[in-house]
Amino acid sequence: MSEKILNNLKIKVWRQKNAQTKGQFETYPIDNISTDTSFLEMLDILNYQLVEEGKDPIVFDHDCREGICGTCSLFINGRAHGPDDDITTCQLHMRKFKNDETITIEPWRAKSFPVIKDLMVDRTAFEKILQSGGFVSVNTGGVPDGNAIPIGYDDAEAAMDAASCIGCGACVATCKNSSAMLFVSAKVSHLARLPQGQVEAARRAKSMVAKMDELGFGNCSNTGACEVECPKGISITNIATLNREYLKAKIAD
Amino acid sequence: MSLTGFFLMSFLIVHLTVNLLLIFDDTGVLFNQAAHFMVSNPIIKVVEPVLAIGFILHMIYAGILTINNMVARPVGYKKVNQKQASTWASRNMFVLGSLIVIFLILHIMNFYWKLKVEQSVALIMVDGAEMHDTYTLVSSLFKASLIYNLFYIAGAIFLGIHLTHGFWSAFQTIGWSGNIWRKRIEVVGKVFAFLIALGFSIIPLYFIIKF
Ligand code: HEM
Ligand code: SF4
Ligand code: FES
Repeated sequence: MSEKILNNLKIKVWRQKNAQTKGQFETYPIDNISTDTSFLEMLDILNYQLVEEGKDPIVFDHDCREGICGTCSLFINGRAHGPDDDITTCQLHMRKFKNDETITIEPWRAKSFPVIKDLMVDRTAFEKILQSGGFVSVNTGGVPDGNAIPIGYDDAEAAMDAASCIGCGACVATCKNSSAMLFVSAKVSHLARLPQGQVEAARRAKSMVAKMDELGFGNCSNTGACEVECPKGISITNIATLNREYLKAKIAD
Repeated sequence: MSLTGFFLMSFLIVHLTVNLLLIFDDTGVLFNQAAHFMVSNPIIKVVEPVLAIGFILHMIYAGILTINNMVARPVGYKKVNQKQASTWASRNMFVLGSLIVIFLILHIMNFYWKLKVEQSVALIMVDGAEMHDTYTLVSSLFKASLIYNLFYIAGAIFLGIHLTHGFWSAFQTIGWSGNIWRKRIEVVGKVFAFLIALGFSIIPLYFIIKF
């Protein structure tokens, strides 16, 4: 794909000083952006420009910039992680945009993900959900022991698919109900499929769901938007697995 | 939500089956007998209040759920582009449900109220048994007014759209879905929704065309 230069872009971005203030949109013009620039590099360039103008740079989350850590976020032109499918914002490139385009950038919006500053939100709620059950408390031995436990191909694949969740929160951000079901279901069904996780399966399903509700996430109504926007393609069949595990645990009580 | 949804869907099947008798016998004998069987049957006596409770619980849960979900996002997005991510029906279940409620209120006033509360429906003898002339009650309404026919068709369509999402959603909620079953249930759900909408629409359509 040959490189092109984009001009006359307008970046309409959410600016908010801190969690207490209200925040508003600001629009900044930017020129001379190569289509090979990544989206976050474009924001870096914009931030240089802002600093030179004596303005506050835009704060946004990022870390690995290679699509594996789950730190980057951003709701771009109405979609979590932007217009491309199955990638994180750090993997999004400017070739997805056109000359003269206004690009709207908003933070993840959910009561449980309060804005810290500008586009950066507090995703501690996900850690709290993990702490409530996203672990195994048995000793699983060293690396060679992993190969000593035979696990069927389908289960291994399904568990690996679920385990590929990077905890970015796009599912919550895109869900019209701000529900964390996809995230929770990925953890629950990942561990419920493996012998190491099965011991605590019932307790895990109950306490993670309870934690998720307690933290103020919304209720899943199966719209399926999360799996479309999830950068890792986590399927909502995991949610069916979670519902099954949860019902099983409740009936057993 | 899903249990009440399943219950309401099973009710719809019975309700539609009885209603379709309206168009297979213009003398009304068949429908009157079926309606009489329904009211005189002890099982139905039990099911009737259960049905009312089912509707009420479904509506209460729907309300609580919808409010909770609105509270979960106090600051909304300026720009949302969800067309490719989810279906319109799945995002508007409460709107569709509310339209169904409006329909239901009028529907109950049209028929149930006159039969049970006002007791203003004439009694007739059919095959030696005395019963309400439900057929005349229903058919005269549909023969009298085009508006009513269209209103019933609209109700059926809203219900159908509600079910294009509701059917599969109910299965997903109880965990009956997987890589294989998901596609099957989605297809069956669409067919079910279509048949319900079509089935309930055919009756007023029949009266528009025939009378
Ligand atoms: C005969 C009438 C009705 C039938 C057969 C029906 C059926 C269903 C079904 C099967 C579901 C999916 C349940 C689930 O996902 O677990 C559903 C969801 C829903 N219904 Fe109804 N419904 C009816 C009337 C109503 C009414 C009167 C309302 C009133 C507001 C309503 C509001 C909702 C809402 C908001 C949902 C979404 C909740 C969710 O998906 O979790 N419905 N309905
Ligand atoms: S399920 Fe997908 S969208 Fe949700 S946190 Fe995990 S990777 Fe992100
Ligand atoms: S910065 Fe690590 S996934 Fe985007």
